Amino acid sequence: MSRDPTINAAAAINEALHQAMAQDERVICLGLGVDDPKAIFNTTAGLQQRFGAARVFDTPTSENAMTGIAIGAALAGARPVMCHQRLDFFLLALDQLVNNAAKWHYTFGRSVPLTIRLIMGRGWGQGPTHSQNLQAWFAHVPGLKVVMPSCAADAKGLLLSSIFDDDPVVFLEHRWLHFAQGAVPEEDIRLPLGKAAVRREGDAVTIVAASYMVVEALHACRALETAGIECELIDLRTIKPLDWDTVLASVRRTGRLLALDTGAATGSVAGEIVARVAMDCWGALKAAPMRLALPDCPEPTSYALTRRFYPGAEEIVAHIGRMLGLTRLPLEHLPERHVHHDVPGSWFSGPF
Amino acid sequence: MIEALFQSMLRIRMVEEEIARRYPEQQMRCPVHLSIGQEATAAAIGLALRPQDIAVSTHRSHAHYLGKGGDLNAMIAELYGKASGCCGGRGGSMHLSDERAGFLASTAIVGNSIPLGVGVALQQQLSGVDTISCVFLGDGATEEGVFYESANFAALRKLPVLFVCENNLYSVYSPLSKRQPDTRSLCSVAESLGLSARRLDGNDALAMFDEAAQAVASLRAGEGPVFLECMTYRWREHCGPHFDDELGYRPQGELAAWQGRDPLDTLLQRMGVGMAYRAAVAAPIAEEIASAFAAAEAAPFPLENSVFDGIYRMECAS
Repeated sequence: MSRDPTINAAAAINEALHQAMAQDERVICLGLGVDDPKAIFNTTAGLQQRFGAARVFDTPTSENAMTGIAIGAALAGARPVMCHQRLDFFLLALDQLVNNAAKWHYTFGRSVPLTIRLIMGRGWGQGPTHSQNLQAWFAHVPGLKVVMPSCAADAKGLLLSSIFDDDPVVFLEHRWLHFAQGAVPEEDIRLPLGKAAVRREGDAVTIVAASYMVVEALHACRALETAGIECELIDLRTIKPLDWDTVLASVRRTGRLLALDTGAATGSVAGEIVARVAMDCWGALKAAPMRLALPDCPEPTSYALTRRFYPGAEEIVAHIGRMLGLTRLPLEHLPERHVHHDVPGSWFSGPF
Repeated sequence: MIEALFQSMLRIRMVEEEIARRYPEQQMRCPVHLSIGQEATAAAIGLALRPQDIAVSTHRSHAHYLGKGGDLNAMIAELYGKASGCCGGRGGSMHLSDERAGFLASTAIVGNSIPLGVGVALQQQLSGVDTISCVFLGDGATEEGVFYESANFAALRKLPVLFVCENNLYSVYSPLSKRQPDTRSLCSVAESLGLSARRLDGNDALAMFDEAAQAVASLRAGEGPVFLECMTYRWREHCGPHFDDELGYRPQGELAAWQGRDPLDTLLQRMGVGMAYRAAVAAPIAEEIASAFAAAEAAPFPLENSVFDGIYRMECAS
């Protein structure tokens, strides 16, 4: 039975989980709420009915032990997929992730085939502890792979690759992207980890982004195109290991870099990209590299305080305009803003 | 069995004493946490388990590794940082592993290996095998949140986990009395979490073996997780080869009292044999130990340019 060729990323993730579990009985899926009526934003829907309560199960509210239990099960032959409704909750499990999962292969020579799905919130008053984008923390730890899909097809292809990868993978899902519609192949598709995608080719500026910032960058690129400016947009897909070959080759060609990040600026992945480009491409640069990230400030809850909190397509256009010395910015070619800044679309009525 | 128990305990004691004796040579350049005084638990549990049963342990794991059948040469070489070490020199004394002996790993963070053992048990249950998982922990680890979380899940799923808690009364220099209320026992906590708990004389190897054998049988029968609190005592310093009683963190006479209850002497008396028996058992062990140290000293270091190898199992395309 075939389905609509266009589905959203939440459905794509669900399809990837179904296909992984159907293919390999070692795949187990656990997490608080995987079998509840909301099924982690529908991403785990139908799994327990199809694969049984032994392989798909709800857990105690014990993030740290459950992560260690998943690592132990992985070492004993399972291929666990853990699901957390917010990245912020998972911080309790950093001991197991950092001290065990990340170090195990290097220290003991045995692999830990574990995928940890973490959802990063934004908007509708998610506030200081439900919306953190801490990808840089994970990327900092040797031994982890860190994946950040930006669209529905990538969510499926990267999740399948993550599940069948033999290393621990932190799979970061931006909550707004769950709603992103796109053409997703029905069959088992695998996208290589550690390989970026060039979303648009251009010679004016290299824009490097991941996850939700790819969406904002695409809007910015389309607007700039109307002014005759072609940007190269690199979607990292995986931030650790990072596809430096693609990034550096592009910057050597364009001579300009704007690195985008969904996390706070200090210590960000975007900062790392600026540093590496400055060190390795200095001679090719025509302008100082720039980065656009979140302020070094907790995300507030109030509708008013978040209004200018998140940089988007407008700020991207403005940064590139500054880099290129544009006298006029083609802002009128950006899609019309929907009425409320704190939702992914006007159809959304909250809560998350 | 009783001979095997004594042999295992004596071997652990002699290995630890040789490490202590040679540590000042500065060739074992990593922290060591010796188990002298605590040999009975490791020997009794090790013998009650099958090689296919999987154990995990802590920073103080030499005894558990050896009791479970871990390779002595690979352990000593690991302490020397050599390529022939059980982790190729990447882990040192606090990261021992011997897959063939069913010793999955020891890890160096208090409480950190507890959920790993529970996870192994989950997979054992899911795959329907009749092996069990054994988690060695100390009294300090019962103060970590992860112990409660792990015990809760083990009880919830009736997992085949044997929690072996060596209560040596100290977390580094901090006595249990400063860390937990004296109106509450570790066993009562374990019971209330849903574990079947028993407190044992951790220096009585034979009694512990009998208890452990019963516990293992009930675990194989699917009767749910068991917690054994083994009362024992660390003779030497927390980390390093020396005695440190002069620091005054333990009441005067406490060490002497526990040394008077040496698990090796206790078992010898039970066996009705004396020092001649002990010497006869010791002779081949001494040879084995001398050979392990000689091999470790002679072994090559890992290649310096291998330092970045194996961060991942699967390298990425780029």
